[in-house]
Amino acid sequence: MLLGRTANGLYWMFRYIERAENMARLIDAGLRMALTKTSDAPEEWSSVLMSAGVKIGYDAKYSEYNASLVSDFLLRDLGNPSSVMSCIETARFNARMVRTALTREAWESVNETWMILKSTLATATPETDLPRVLDQIKRETAIIRGAFHGTMLRNEIFNFARIGTFIERADNTARILDVKYYVLLPSISYVGTTLDNFQWESILRSVSAHRSYRWVYDVEYNPVNIADYLILNSRMPRSLNFCYSNIVDNLRFLANDYGKRHECHDMSESIMTRLENNEIRTIFDNGLHEFLSDLIYQTNGLGSKIAEAYNFD
Amino acid sequence: MKPFDEMIKTGGQVRPPYEQLQCWLDTQNPERFAQKARDAENVFRKTGITFAVYGDEEAAERLIPFDIIPRIITGNEWRRLSQGIEQRVMALNAFLDDIYHRQEIIRAGRIPRELFTHNDAYLPEMVGFRPPGNVYTHIIGVDIVRTEENQFYVLEDNARTPSGVSYMLENRETMMQLFPELFQQIKVRPVETYPKLLRQSLAAVAPPGCNGTPTIAVLTPGIYNSAYFEHAFLADQMGVELVEGSDLKIENGKVVMRTTEGNRAIDVLYRRVDDSYLDPLTFRRDSTLGVAGIMDVYRSGNITIANAPGTGIADDKALYSYMPEIVEFYTGRKAILENVPTHRCSEPDTLKYVLENLADLVVKEVHGSGGYGMLVGPAATKKEREDFALKLKANPKNYIAQPTLALSTTPIMTEKGLAPRHVDLRPFVLVSDRIRITPGGLTRVALKEGSLVVNSSQGGGTKDTWVLDD
Repeated sequence: MLLGRTANGLYWMFRYIERAENMARLIDAGLRMALTKTSDAPEEWSSVLMSAGVKIGYDAKYSEYNASLVSDFLLRDLGNPSSVMSCIETARFNARMVRTALTREAWESVNETWMILKSTLATATPETDLPRVLDQIKRETAIIRGAFHGTMLRNEIFNFARIGTFIERADNTARILDVKYYVLLPSISYVGTTLDNFQWESILRSVSAHRSYRWVYDVEYNPVNIADYLILNSRMPRSLNFCYSNIVDNLRFLANDYGKRHECHDMSESIMTRLENNEIRTIFDNGLHEFLSDLIYQTNGLGSKIAEAYNFD
Repeated sequence: MKPFDEMIKTGGQVRPPYEQLQCWLDTQNPERFAQKARDAENVFRKTGITFAVYGDEEAAERLIPFDIIPRIITGNEWRRLSQGIEQRVMALNAFLDDIYHRQEIIRAGRIPRELFTHNDAYLPEMVGFRPPGNVYTHIIGVDIVRTEENQFYVLEDNARTPSGVSYMLENRETMMQLFPELFQQIKVRPVETYPKLLRQSLAAVAPPGCNGTPTIAVLTPGIYNSAYFEHAFLADQMGVELVEGSDLKIENGKVVMRTTEGNRAIDVLYRRVDDSYLDPLTFRRDSTLGVAGIMDVYRSGNITIANAPGTGIADDKALYSYMPEIVEFYTGRKAILENVPTHRCSEPDTLKYVLENLADLVVKEVHGSGGYGMLVGPAATKKEREDFALKLKANPKNYIAQPTLALSTTPIMTEKGLAPRHVDLRPFVLVSDRIRITPGGLTRVALKEGSLVVNSSQGGGTKDTWVLDD
């Protein structure tokens, strides 16, 4: 048994930590693309903003897309609720609220991350310094994850935190794919051109999968395999299948613990079934974009159902 | 005159309780020692042991400075202090019971009725009501100062929601991390049991209708409260829920909290929300920090609130001057711990005396706290004293005056080595089926040379406090 407010705090704390990390990765991928002479840099930055889900906010503030404006908006703009700094502030706010549910190590890791990033992001980061800052963000969030996994009891507290992480990650992976889905479609893409290769690598890079892809598939990038990897592969830690299998598992633990199932259990299991009993070819045939946008919508709905079931709506 | 120093006697000799510490200090490398002081600060910052200063945007979260030289009290000194404290808290509870019932002490003419009639801390809602176990003030902080080897005074009682106990615990934790070898050499009585004792103590005053293990919760005003760290810390250490008003409501005559498995009833609420915010239906109507209807549940005996509403009357400064009479009236014996002699400015002759001797006195507002709104005569300028005299004449009832005490000093670590600073002591007392006092308490220290103000909001720091197991 937890306070509803505590479950809420844990869920959002981990959603925001996950989001901060994903932002860093998105900027990283954007930087790579912009370095590629063959690509249209402003177009790439615009699609980074789209993947981050903050394009409307950005367009209201700026009228051009370039590395320094976009990265500043995504890293340290407190007016942008999904900027890394905003995410870390919100995560720490929630951590403070649920402090009694965290181990000392878990709390200290969040607090230290907040202190370090507050000072790192106090001033604008010059473009030459971006790789270092992005690495730092990824390292800090990795330390939080490590402290959490190494010290937290595997109970309901852990479950709510994990559900937050994977709802956020599923949403993120689906959005990255959806923004770029057209470069994966065989009918449009000029298979094998340099540009395609860069685009594909960029997608993989934004989920830190550009190396592990080669361990699973061919050395050559192939759009169908990339989609398969990010959607259906059960071992790739940022794939939709992987995210949902974790959501389902953690919800099941809660159901066993509390002796009660809710609507969110059926809902998550039915999405999981769709991810397990599916072929990537079928998804392409029925429309990749339709599949992804439906999944984003369902994930969002699942989040609300979970909050409702456990009294933190 | 040089104030009493708890470590070094006039003449330079080290007092016995500090001898072992001195030996150890002599073996320390000054640079390593300075590094330890910085380590301590990092520990506090990293763990987020901070307090909020209201209205201070930039430093929304600040550390209370921690000094690494412990303050040491002998077992004998402590025995006498704790007897005095025990006597005092028994008297406080008996007094609260009396003034909300038969008011014998007023009938006996020992204290004037006016003290209650126009006092917001006296709650008519509590009249005729007896809390579970007949305990009103469960958690008390008694502020004590020392002026000589054998002279201790109670400076004030904190009978509503004393804070600082988390610093007492964290200070010890930090010292043990920094100097483990010191605790092997010197036998110090432990303080770590406080959260366990607090839990036992709260459980012991559960409402009579509560079966099995009582459900306990700590009620906090929320994360923006200056003492939020402490609220979270205590809830965590006790293994109970930390709730806010928004988590609670009344259901079937019980106070319940909203949980992931539905609503759960609470039996004992350790509240860190002031009386006036506790119940918008009874007290301040604009309060969002409390629970609407909790006073009805309380009065029908379905929840224990600690401390009870209305206990604030016992730590009112106007009442303080009557404490020797109160202790004697209810315990039948003279108070073991002395009060600081106090002049009530409401009495015309006394007012005259106070005005004539402002330069030697400390004048305090009756309802003030935290070191605000007071005049320290010897430290004030002529102009400040004159201005204060006007305020005093305009509303004498609002003030009490006390002689300026030469508070004892203990050494702190400064950039130029050890230097004496003034200190006070807040021991923490738990009252339920019996009285439990944690050995020592929180030592607050005025970090500025010569300063007598130890409050954290006025630049005070804290120290680990040792009661020797001798």
